[in-house]
Amino acid sequence: MAYDIQKIRADFPILHQNVYGKPLVYFDNGATSQKPQSVIDAISKVYKEINSNIHRGVHYLSTRTTDKYENARKIVKEFINAGHFHEVIFTSGTTASINSVMYSFGEKFVNKGDEIIISAMEHHSNIVPWQILCERKGAKLQIIPFNENGELLLNEYEKLLSEKTKLVAINHVSNTLGTINPVKEIIKIAHRNDVPVLVDGAQAVHHTKVDVQDLDADFYAFSGHKAYGPTGIGVLYGKEKWLEAMPPFLSGGDMIKTVTFEKTVYNDLPFKFEAGTANFVGAIGLAEALKYITSVGTENISLHEAGLLEYGTKKLEEIADLKIYGNARNKASAISFLLKNIHHSDVGIILDKLGVAVRTGNHCTQPIMDKFDISGTVRASFAMYNTKEEIDVLFDGLKKIIEMFS
Amino acid sequence: MDINILQNEIIEEFETFDEWMDKYNYLIELSNSLPVISEEGKSQANLIEGCQSRVWLDASLTKERLVVYTADSDAIITKGIISLLIRVLSNREPKEIMDADLYFIDKIGLKEHLSPTRANGLLAMLKQMKLYAVAFNAKLNSNL
Repeated sequence: MAYDIQKIRADFPILHQNVYGKPLVYFDNGATSQKPQSVIDAISKVYKEINSNIHRGVHYLSTRTTDKYENARKIVKEFINAGHFHEVIFTSGTTASINSVMYSFGEKFVNKGDEIIISAMEHHSNIVPWQILCERKGAKLQIIPFNENGELLLNEYEKLLSEKTKLVAINHVSNTLGTINPVKEIIKIAHRNDVPVLVDGAQAVHHTKVDVQDLDADFYAFSGHKAYGPTGIGVLYGKEKWLEAMPPFLSGGDMIKTVTFEKTVYNDLPFKFEAGTANFVGAIGLAEALKYITSVGTENISLHEAGLLEYGTKKLEEIADLKIYGNARNKASAISFLLKNIHHSDVGIILDKLGVAVRTGNHCTQPIMDKFDISGTVRASFAMYNTKEEIDVLFDGLKKIIEMFS
Repeated sequence: MDINILQNEIIEEFETFDEWMDKYNYLIELSNSLPVISEEGKSQANLIEGCQSRVWLDASLTKERLVVYTADSDAIITKGIISLLIRVLSNREPKEIMDADLYFIDKIGLKEHLSPTRANGLLAMLKQMKLYAVAFNAKLNSNL
């Protein structure tokens, strides 16, 4: 079936507007994606028709909201092909998912002298939590380096693994370089050493098919808002054996079975990790977004975005004074670049006036910037609704900027 | 010249631009007129870190008891905006700088660049400029 880009674009109301009198070109999808009408409607429908606190309610509305919420869990489970419903924990986003594992898994399994392995191309949210854990526990952080193209050095990674290693935490897709990391292989290598792996999938789930069982990931974290869903909702997938063994990280209502002043018995999975009123509206919205992705087809999206990446790369490479950062063979649809002698923020400001939304700066990945000895880049990141014509607008804008600043 | 007369002068300059492009081209041009900080002045202490662009600012007091600023940035548009701030605030008595109400930024449509969310160091720089004035003012008063 042909990819009906016009129909897809029509589903996203925000795209159809002018900014500063120019048609909006939204290339900041790596930061957050836009929402299809069906997601907006689903959220509005909850508030209009069934809003009520989930679980334990005996009345009609509560039962309906609870059904919808638990159905959302089922949709997430199917989307990432988790083994069980109760392996899907709703969180507020990738950052919260990673921090939960850091506090909970870290509390139980990481001790003085242990090591955690991350890579040099992590988002700060997959660096700082582990630094905090290492500080707290007297453990050590080990870093997998990457080459000039932005590909991880797996032989270096293997050397870092030892009996001291307690966890590997790695991104699936780099938000800055676009690199799709060979997580399946990384996990396989870790498992040979009996080390569990957490995958930061914030930039992956909406671009490529993710099957947590096939990957054999121990933990997989992602956010709703980058995957066409609402903000404030995310997922932590964890293998049952780990989640059972881990202590709760947040405590309060819903995560308990019985509470007396002498002893509290924790609830079963997944509720053990969902203290307090969950963001059930967000979860229902996220489920709708995943349904939308499935209806378009993850493979179709991947193909369309690969086309945009190829076209965009070729087009930008035509500009003599432009350098692309991140040239991995296996790459998602984000292009980080710099125009020679022109500061990234200057480029971003002028592109904005031309209607093109990009992100500039260090993209919360300062270690990557240090590696390339730059202060930041301009990043154009594409989504399922972007077009080659929009890339042409970016291209013409960059030409204009070079003229202005020469 | 009175600080407000100077501000109005800048507003008039910018009123001649119909196109936003001309405005930014003018800022690029202005970036060359910035009294650039000396290499040694570009120290860590004088660095105002923003997420987007970096700004360096230094200030000194002349014999005539006027505050003189020098600055630099790695981004050109930021530099252009700084040159406007310096044109308005430099070579003035500390008290005048402390009391200055900088309305021209809003009037020439560059307010967005000085909002706290832009993280380009400009807002922090403006605060720092005022802080220098406060410090010099205190110093002058204690010497009286």
